[in-house]
Amino acid sequence: MKRRNFLSLSAGAAAGAALTACGSSGPKEKDTGGTAAKGGATYWSLSGLPGEPIRKAAVDRFNKANPDTKIAGEFFQNDAYKAKIKTSIGAGQGPTMIWGWGGGGLKSWVDAGQVEDLTDWLAKNAAVKDKILPSSFGAGTVNGKVYAMPVETVQPIVLFYNKKVFDQVGVQPPQTYGDILDLIPKFNAKGIAPFSLAGQSRWTNMMWLEFMLDRQAGSEVFDNVFAGKANAWSDPAVLDMLTKIQDLVKMNAFQRGFSSTAADANADQALLYTGKAAMMLHGTWSYGIQKANGGKFVADGGLGWMNFPPIDGGKGDESNTVGNPGQYLSISSKATPEAKETAKKFFATTLVDEEEKAGWVKSGGVPVLKNSDSLFTGDEAQFLKDVSAIASGAKTFAQSWDQALSPTAAETLLNNIANLFQQKMSPQEWVDSMNGVIGK
Amino acid sequence: MTMLAPPAARVQEPTRSGGGRGGSVVWMVLPAFGMFVFFGIIPLLGVLALSFTTWNGYNEIVPSGLDSWRAALTDPGLPNSLWVTFLIMALSWLVQTPLSILLGTFMARQSRYRGFLAVFYFIPLLLSSAAIAITYKALLDPNFGLGAGLGIDALNQDWLGQANLAIGVLIFVVSWQYIPFHSLIYQGAVRQIPKSMYEASQIDGAGRVRQFFSITLPQIKFTIITSSTLMVVGSLTFFDLIYVLTAGGPGDATRALALQMYRLGFQADLMGPASAIAVILVLVGLGLSLLLRRIGGRADDSQMEGA
Repeated sequence: MKRRNFLSLSAGAAAGAALTACGSSGPKEKDTGGTAAKGGATYWSLSGLPGEPIRKAAVDRFNKANPDTKIAGEFFQNDAYKAKIKTSIGAGQGPTMIWGWGGGGLKSWVDAGQVEDLTDWLAKNAAVKDKILPSSFGAGTVNGKVYAMPVETVQPIVLFYNKKVFDQVGVQPPQTYGDILDLIPKFNAKGIAPFSLAGQSRWTNMMWLEFMLDRQAGSEVFDNVFAGKANAWSDPAVLDMLTKIQDLVKMNAFQRGFSSTAADANADQALLYTGKAAMMLHGTWSYGIQKANGGKFVADGGLGWMNFPPIDGGKGDESNTVGNPGQYLSISSKATPEAKETAKKFFATTLVDEEEKAGWVKSGGVPVLKNSDSLFTGDEAQFLKDVSAIASGAKTFAQSWDQALSPTAAETLLNNIANLFQQKMSPQEWVDSMNGVIGK
Repeated sequence: MTMLAPPAARVQEPTRSGGGRGGSVVWMVLPAFGMFVFFGIIPLLGVLALSFTTWNGYNEIVPSGLDSWRAALTDPGLPNSLWVTFLIMALSWLVQTPLSILLGTFMARQSRYRGFLAVFYFIPLLLSSAAIAITYKALLDPNFGLGAGLGIDALNQDWLGQANLAIGVLIFVVSWQYIPFHSLIYQGAVRQIPKSMYEASQIDGAGRVRQFFSITLPQIKFTIITSSTLMVVGSLTFFDLIYVLTAGGPGDATRALALQMYRLGFQADLMGPASAIAVILVLVGLGLSLLLRRIGGRADDSQMEGA
């Protein structure tokens, strides 16, 4: 009896402790809604490999060095984050530090007065600014003012391929777009998908349009769209590019069921490292994912990569690339002055330190921080050198279209791209529809 | 003693002042009514107001008259979304209703093995839509799914990548999830039918099939209306399942109204037109449930003639 009493007592105490724990964590949780007390700041970013552990490590590093002004990090899946961050900012519940892709999305927050102007702060802290690649500031700049600090990695989109599958079929990686067209039937004949594509996510399809248009006609066509020139999509090169895309779909260039494959589940990368697909156009962050999920695929040298090959007779410079010139962190203008200070301290110290740089390099990424070439050693050395060369050697490093455009225009773009790949929209209909949202 | 005194006094009060039975019951509606006003009516009015404005979700809300309605109604995506919504509604009703009635009738008979099976039928209802969608998406994947894994070609279709197949899969998953619920409603209804009716028909020489069509079906008429209303109005709000399973794709083949609303509001930053679609959704839902009530006839019609 006595023992039972003791047990129930201790159980009660444990439950009580759990309850008080809940009680004290309640208000703390509320603080993550943008108004952190006592100089604490909140930070939202993307979950998943390879980035999440490095982001968490940065937060931990900062919290250890600054126990009084801690940062609370929360991480979300890519597609879910895009929706959540907008709603939260609209409701005044956003984090102190807003992670983003710069470009059109950032501009809409700037227009709404939701993010801090960092121009003066960067001018005062020239040492911080000097640590970051100048080319990465472009997409964080709106109307000549910097509203977001470039962080993390430079991510051009490259053409990945599975070397083992190429050996198995007995073919060479493509040198030109013509080679790609020749390779498609060869892989299909062996029951291997020529290209892996996560079509449900739509921005994945967009990477094809970006490269095909660039190689065909150069970066000027999209520059005109970005500048808001009327009927900029009506360039004949666009129609030509769209027709080529639909031809690729008709040739079964993409795996069966590509339109229901989602990038969030990394199923597209799994197709490549399991040898079910031969090639994949994807951002360089995919390297880290394949390394983490693909077993020994990357370590055994199974993964190859290259810049997208030129199109025969195309006007575009073959060094050009597309992708993310960096990721971007903005500070919410609705945050408390103390939280803003904490965020700026985080920017000026942890995010530009050597450990941050080394962490991203180790994950297979090229940091936006300068002088990281010396860190390119070990297994990843060749990949990092090549990516760095593609990024710095590009005559134009264009930002992804959906990030460059406003959210409204980007959604129409992605919708039309999905319908184009489904053959539900003709190239001409696509052009007419896109001309309708220029400048919107 | 002092603790007990106040409740006693409270119990006495209504009997003293109430007079009749009906007058004092009205206050019991208040909690539910309060919840409904707070979480139903007020947001609804908010959405109605928003549909006459231009707002991107985080900027200033600017009144703009009928602009948002014009944008929503002229959006080429709207006819498609309406069509997809009605298609899902009609097909899922056609699949679910007969199966639910049959299962409900089956489960209504009391015997042990039926009770045992009924527990299994009920399981899908306990799972969340998102979990169901993720599971089916994985099972139906043409490259890593069930068909590819087991090497069965018939199963290895591009289930979610072709417009017609995707709609079919959606109907199947919806039915799989909700048939247990509707079976349960029908089970209750069938159990309420007086035994004497079946006994009398047996004497007249009616078989099982005849009993089902001449007694069971007419007796559960109102339940069919209830269940159909739940199905039809419920299918207007399918979002999570479709969003996770196909995200409205391939292309816009499964983009129902709720997804079109989400796409405009939260992806394209057009809260005005999204609110207009929300209002359309409410109106369609209201209209359909009123229509179904009409079809059901007057509620005071007796179902017990001859019992």
